[in-house]
Amino acid sequence: MNLALKDIRHSLFRFVLTCFGLGLLMTVVLAMIGIYNGLVSDALAAVKAPRADLWVVEANTQGPFAEASSLPSATRDAVARLPGISDAGAITYQTIEAQHGTQTLRLYVIGYERGRPGGPSTITDGRGLGRSHYELVADRKSALQVGDTIRIGRNRFTVVGLTENAMNSGGDPAVFMTLSDAMALQSELDPAAERVRAARGATSPDASNVAAVIARIEPDADVERVAATIRQWKHLGALTQAQQEELLLASVVDRARRQIGLFLGILLTVSAVVIALIIYTMTMEKLKQIATLKLIGAPDRTILGLIVQQALILGISGWAIGLSLILLVKDSFPRRVVLEPTNALVLAGIIVGVCIVASGLGIRAALKVDPATAIGG
Amino acid sequence: MAIGDLLVDVSGVAKHYGEGETRVDALRVVDLQIHAGEVVAMLGPSGSGKTTLLNIIGCIVDPSAGRLLLDGETVFDGRWLRGNLRQLRLDKIGFIFQAHNLLPFLTAEENVSVVLNLAGWKPAAAKARARELLDYLEVGHRAEVKPAHLSGGEAQRVAIARALANRPRIILADEPTAALDSVRAQLVMDLLRKLAVEQEACILTVTHDEKIFDRFDRLIHLRDGALIEA
Repeated sequence: MNLALKDIRHSLFRFVLTCFGLGLLMTVVLAMIGIYNGLVSDALAAVKAPRADLWVVEANTQGPFAEASSLPSATRDAVARLPGISDAGAITYQTIEAQHGTQTLRLYVIGYERGRPGGPSTITDGRGLGRSHYELVADRKSALQVGDTIRIGRNRFTVVGLTENAMNSGGDPAVFMTLSDAMALQSELDPAAERVRAARGATSPDASNVAAVIARIEPDADVERVAATIRQWKHLGALTQAQQEELLLASVVDRARRQIGLFLGILLTVSAVVIALIIYTMTMEKLKQIATLKLIGAPDRTILGLIVQQALILGISGWAIGLSLILLVKDSFPRRVVLEPTNALVLAGIIVGVCIVASGLGIRAALKVDPATAIGG
Repeated sequence: MAIGDLLVDVSGVAKHYGEGETRVDALRVVDLQIHAGEVVAMLGPSGSGKTTLLNIIGCIVDPSAGRLLLDGETVFDGRWLRGNLRQLRLDKIGFIFQAHNLLPFLTAEENVSVVLNLAGWKPAAAKARARELLDYLEVGHRAEVKPAHLSGGEAQRVAIARALANRPRIILADEPTAALDSVRAQLVMDLLRKLAVEQEACILTVTHDEKIFDRFDRLIHLRDGALIEA
């Protein structure tokens, strides 16, 4: 006879309500884990997308993500001709706001050379860029659809394809356009603003500069050696892919990551305290019954089993409800919530541990109960 | 009444709490013998030591001195002679409480069979024994009902069935008829007497219920922790 299950069935509504409450708390914990992962994943998405081996940037900068970097676009030819380099492409990054219908979209514009590294990693709908001008491949999160047109800067672009998981560290969805369009976008002003600039006699910024040149190296080449060769040019710096990822995590998202990590720690502590309190309260309500069980001869293991089993059922149910809820709503979050199976499993392990430890308080109270309490007097 | 085996033998048992100026003698030197088939009432004012004596015989409270023999086995002689007192209670003693103390999350039948499960009975055998007892006590038709839906008399009969389930030879009862009217109280006592004779058990009851005094073989009185009449 399983006393834990019998007791749960006896006050099922209350137990389910408690599990649901705990489940909501688990939803928040899982959401924080997902947001944490999402932040890291988003931050690395733009770096990983070009599948580069080497990032050639302006000397003495840590561009193009952690710092601004500007290079003559001709650098790409110079880099491409180096021994050990198999492919190279110039690339630009800029964040803009554009009107689409009634919405103002914040977009991360990536300009790249067609047929060279730097474009979208996959096309999930439509096609890649086929013309030299005024075409876009947009990330799904931008809400743009294939066939939509959108005015960016002075020109109207047509969305010809969609991609996924392309964004900057702030979570702004990416749009890919040709390098020439992107370079024009960073130098050409709106006609009215251009007239004001002309009237002031000011010059337009150098339209022939790019943010970085990304390079892939030949299979037998040593990436560190190629990077060292590039650094010999005084106006260029070179970062390997690993260095670029490390730099991004250490500088751009480090504080946000630590902030969320700390909050996650606090949430897990709160969850542990809540679970301990629930189990303790559940046990205290049963003290008279526990005293009766002891009096009629129940061994400690029966009492212990009653408390620990209920604690585990509570914890695991809360975890399952939390996981179901977060999987249901994760796509509604404004930023990406990335949950890996290992995250859910590790949380399940933590919850099981917390439940067993939290049961300790209740078990201590239960084992201290004097069976004479059942008789009274 | 034919005198059966000596089931409870309390010799020189005393219980005190604290030492020196704070010492309280809950039970002075008490001697008491109860035989199989006997139904004994323990009377006395509040604080006279009735519950303490019941708890000592029930192996719940340690005596400060004396010797205790239960069902032919010396269980206390200056110290407990059995390591596992819960097993001792399970094997030898049945308890009946004033407030029934049925487990609210179990049905009447499960409340009875839980004792048998603890004693290591197979589930089917435990269920059959529980049903047999409930039928005998005329509450078999309420076997699947939870305690909250039983009347006071029904709950008390289920509690009696639980106390008798593992065939203990010593039944300890604390005000078993306090919540019942006089007719039901006398019926319960008659039933207990019948079972005591059939199972060759003895019954020791703490009670203040004068309307059932005539149902006992013996009335013993406690005052200030001492047995003044037996």
